[in-house]
Amino acid sequence: MTSVAEKVKAGDVRTVARLIRDIDDGMPGVKKTLKELYPYTGRAHVIGITGSPGVGKSTLVDQMINHLRKKGKTVGTLAIDPTSPFSGGAILGDRVRMQRHAMDQGVYIRSMATRGHFGGLTHSTRSAIDVLDAMGKDYIIVETVGVGQDEVDVVKAAHTTIIVLVPGMGDDIQAIKAGILEIGDIFVINKSEREGTDKTLSDIRAMIEMDPDKYAKGKWKPPILKTEAVFDKGVSEFLEEIDKHWEYLKESCDGKALRKTRKKVRDELAELIKNRFIKDILNNLIKSKEFDKAVDSILNGTIDPYTACDNVMLPILGTRKK
Amino acid sequence: MANKRVLRVMVAKPGLDGHDRGARIIARAFRDAGFEVIYTGLHQSPEEIVEAAIQEDVDMIGLSSLAGAHNYLFPRTVELLREKGGDDIVVCGGGIFPDNDISELKASGIKEVFTPGTPLTEIIEWVQENVKPRGG
Ligand SMILES: Nc1nc2c(ncn2[C@@H]2O[C@H](COP(=O)(O)OP(=O)(O)OP(=O)(O)O)[C@@H](O)[C@H]2O)c(=O)[nH]1
Ligand SMILES: [Mg+2]
Repeated sequence: MTSVAEKVKAGDVRTVARLIRDIDDGMPGVKKTLKELYPYTGRAHVIGITGSPGVGKSTLVDQMINHLRKKGKTVGTLAIDPTSPFSGGAILGDRVRMQRHAMDQGVYIRSMATRGHFGGLTHSTRSAIDVLDAMGKDYIIVETVGVGQDEVDVVKAAHTTIIVLVPGMGDDIQAIKAGILEIGDIFVINKSEREGTDKTLSDIRAMIEMDPDKYAKGKWKPPILKTEAVFDKGVSEFLEEIDKHWEYLKESCDGKALRKTRKKVRDELAELIKNRFIKDILNNLIKSKEFDKAVDSILNGTIDPYTACDNVMLPILGTRKK
Repeated sequence: MANKRVLRVMVAKPGLDGHDRGARIIARAFRDAGFEVIYTGLHQSPEEIVEAAIQEDVDMIGLSSLAGAHNYLFPRTVELLREKGGDDIVVCGGGIFPDNDISELKASGIKEVFTPGTPLTEIIEWVQENVKPRGG
């Protein structure tokens, strides 16, 4: 019988779909498959697209897919929407905008929910990216709503990060400045047929130029592009910049597989370890009697939380920290 | 990282009618019941619906149709699922159907049919009872 990994490598859609489900649901068996697939990853160009709700991310992705397919490239898409904190359910609606590619065997589209468990989003997204990579997709596009830290982390897993904005988001730009400006490799002002586009463009440019070290000579200086995704305007120029960024990355790491740059490997390993800590240590700890006892002691005033934390950690760390 | 299956359902609108109010209402109700709902939008062919369902690894497809073409579109969806190896995906339908059609739809493999006025809670209970996450 052919293994799951073999079927993924052969591009079997049902196997891929099921494997991503198992990853998302935290099924224990997936680790073996992911280990087998790892040597076959590192080939695809991973593009992260983020921006506030409704700015046109999915429409843009749909057009990108269209252009890339015309050039004979294959595309995998992960479209991530938030899980409702109240019910644990989610409405995953990004596919609506991309559904015209449903019958195209060169395109795989998967909707995912953030699910809200510690580090879960980044963990399953990274693994899902690996699956699509091993499946042989040339480009992998990950769409997230850029709000929380988790989304920013996902975007870190990408090689090229796109920040999508719309004209006239004065205050929003301030927010972006605080959080995600640093991670943008390319800025897109979508719906640029609207008023205020040039103002938004010069605002972003000003912000980028305020950071002279980061964009010093020889380093990538993020371009700012105008698009009208629904009308397919500016999309091919946008894709050219994406390819330029890829070339830049390849040059700046001496042509080594990008996935295996020291920084990416460090990030990824640290994240796996963090997830294991949470899954195997934290989750057991908070179920333990010691933990409950510590909570009681804090509640009845016999101990402070800091000491309680030291006490609970003692058996794990082995030494008492002052 | 709970080792826990979350039910994934697809809400799809085959056919030509341009109203998706009902589909949106049911999508929201499913979300509030804790399901992950993939919505595919209007005017979907059975081929597109089935392809999407397989890519998304859903446990159920809910087909919604007001216009009369359900007699062809619903059974065709079931048939395609079988061809594509997705026969463990439950298909149910919602819309306005004459009684005769309902029995024929069921005979063709549509597991349940909901007509207008069915309380949302009833639909959700039915799903919870009859649709289990695939793969255990
Ligand atoms: N006027 C105009 N509308 C656009 C443009 N691009 C997209 N839209 C519309 O903007 C709306 C939202 O588009 P989406 O692609 O769903 O936006 P999104 O950022 O993916 O939204 P979420 O995933 O919900 O955060 C849709 O009605 C699009 O048709 C554009 O260039 N100009
Ligand atoms: Mg979207």
